[in-house]
Amino acid sequence: MAVAEAKLDATEARLSALTLPEGAAWLTGLRQAALARVRAMGLPTRRDEYWKYTRPETLVQPEAPQAALFDVSDEAPIFGAIDRIKIVFVDGVFDPAASDDLSLAGVEIERLETAAAKDIHWAKDVYGALEINGQTPVARPLAALNSAFATDGILIRVTGKAAKPISLVYHHRSETSDVMMHHVIRLEDGAELTVLENGPAAARFNKVMEVDVADGAKFHHIRAQGRDHERRAATHIFARLGAESLFKSFTVTANGVMTRNDCVIELTGDDAVAHVAGAAMGDGDFHHDDTVFITHDAVGCESRQVFKKVLRNGATGVFQGKILVKKDAQKTDGYQISQSLLLDGDSQFLAKPELEIYADDVACSHGSTSGAIDEEALFYLKTRGVPTAQATDLLVLAFLAEAVDEIEDDVLRGEITGRLDAWLSRRRG
Amino acid sequence: MLEIKNLQVKLEDEDKQILKGLNLTVETGKVHAIMGPNGSGKSTLSYVLSGKDGYEVTGGEALLEGKELLDMEPEDRAAAGLFLAFQYPVEIPGVGNMTFLRTAVNAQRKARGEEEMSAAEFLKVVRAKAKTLKIDADMLKRPVNVGFSGGEKKRNEILQMAMLEPKMCILDETDSGLDVDAMKLVAEGVNALRSEGRSFLVITHYQRLLDHIKPDVVHIMADGRIVKTGGPELALEVEQNGYADILAEVM
Ligand SMILES: Nc1ncnc2c1ncn2[C@@H]1O[C@H](COP(=O)(O)OP(=O)(O)OP(=O)(O)O)[C@@H](O)[C@H]1O
Ligand SMILES: [Mg+2]
Repeated sequence: MAVAEAKLDATEARLSALTLPEGAAWLTGLRQAALARVRAMGLPTRRDEYWKYTRPETLVQPEAPQAALFDVSDEAPIFGAIDRIKIVFVDGVFDPAASDDLSLAGVEIERLETAAAKDIHWAKDVYGALEINGQTPVARPLAALNSAFATDGILIRVTGKAAKPISLVYHHRSETSDVMMHHVIRLEDGAELTVLENGPAAARFNKVMEVDVADGAKFHHIRAQGRDHERRAATHIFARLGAESLFKSFTVTANGVMTRNDCVIELTGDDAVAHVAGAAMGDGDFHHDDTVFITHDAVGCESRQVFKKVLRNGATGVFQGKILVKKDAQKTDGYQISQSLLLDGDSQFLAKPELEIYADDVACSHGSTSGAIDEEALFYLKTRGVPTAQATDLLVLAFLAEAVDEIEDDVLRGEITGRLDAWLSRRRG
Repeated sequence: MLEIKNLQVKLEDEDKQILKGLNLTVETGKVHAIMGPNGSGKSTLSYVLSGKDGYEVTGGEALLEGKELLDMEPEDRAAAGLFLAFQYPVEIPGVGNMTFLRTAVNAQRKARGEEEMSAAEFLKVVRAKAKTLKIDADMLKRPVNVGFSGGEKKRNEILQMAMLEPKMCILDETDSGLDVDAMKLVAEGVNALRSEGRSFLVITHYQRLLDHIKPDVVHIMADGRIVKTGGPELALEVEQNGYADILAEVM
């Protein structure tokens, strides 16, 4: 199908503001192919079905809209107390002074920029490959744009059990920074790794993370995003799971005028497990979109999507979640729940849960609800002397708990719960 | 302690008068009981005193230690010393019982300008009080009232009361749904809290609870009013003869 003219114009306008980064042949070839994909698809416009609930203009326009910096002032950095390998990027630029030594037993860690200078690299089979996979049946042009133009990122290859998490820390120091980063993670058979991500990254942030999880490997991902309210982010996770492997990703989002988090997972080996969860809370012009696409293409796999959003003062939450079960993916166990807690009448939650099933022996369920605060519970708390705002926050935390509980590690889960609690009480003043 | 004068309450959404000029005074340090037929307005009275939405006060006043309760937010009433043990305690999925108790204790302390209880001190106190009510560690960890049996919920109400140490305790049918042993536990919990500075208003249908918690005064409520007030013997009379004679006499 020919790309409509308006779309073509918008795409070319965006592309004219960008130049392909230089590098070795392997990466340049992949970048050029990605650029060709962008041209073939065209960047998203509001007419696109997949962008029905989220306006893509600010993510696509040539210049990043300005975003005020967020002052974290006295807050201790998240994950600060966790023993980890810290890798810091400031407006998308690697900060060696603030980062730890990139060495960890059983793990190769390298910057994309460094790898790009090498003639041959293991990442050539993964970079952009999972992204291409994720382009059907639904086009994700912002991810292809990223594969073409990402200037930096982290390439991680795991052969053993990583002794500590790798923690990607982003800082936003320029009000107009426009950043694309691309991470590639490959877990070899039986390998294990946890990746943490946090911090405001840029005024506009386009990020892709490709995760290739081989047989029996385990990958955990915990991300905290969105404190910097004015920034805009479009992120993609593309994951491919081998037999008996495990993938768990959790994202907490507080604030943000524009967040679109796509997560595309393909279960390709038997008995693999994939869980994606999100807890988001926002206020006013907050707009948060979780778009998830999970494909079951093997026998006996389990997938779980748990998304919770707390919205107030006219905030908007979006959930587009799909489970696709292919013909031979028998004994699939698929679960999807998306819920919003609307703290007032102005906020809205737009949900499009979908199941598409071609196998006959599967157990799939999905549910989506929007509800107000439980007045009975609120009254009960108040009669015990808990002020309205604090009682509401207790119920907000309770509502988010099902998503937060998806974090397996007790310490990390405690860290996230503690943050949510602190953010809420800070907001209460 | 508590002084209710000519209290008139209707439902907010319906033209239905429930309390029709209720007068009641509970002196400091005393235990008063209210008995009355189903639907006479006992729970409504307890809700209105605690500040529940959905009711409209069309007349009268309710003073706690001389302060007008009816203008206050529920949480301020609690901080002022009012406590209601609910007839139907509410389940709150996702909120741990411990977190709930600690938040409540410290919120009230804060409102009164007192220092918050430390985590360690709180734990010690709550464990001791839970033990006397035979509430085990597992129940403390679980979400508030979720999956609790009827009797466990009622004991949990008494635990909250013991932790919050209110001045004016209203117990709405705390005995209903309790087995004989649990009723004794609850009564002991209440008796342990009885003191010169604390008053109780015990709503019940049965003499049995009053055998354990000996009331100073018994009121009979009917059709939104206190229609008769007497000593503990009034409860025995109700137990033996029902309400018919009393109601015939006063109506
Ligand atoms: N929210 C409400 N909506 C409709 N009717 C109500 C409401 N609250 C109370 N009522 C009515 O008011 C009357 C008094 O109810 P209330 O629960 O106070 O009685 P009670 O004396 O506590 O009864 P019981 O002994 O059965 O607990 C009843 O007729 C009840 O149906
Ligand atoms: Mg009642």
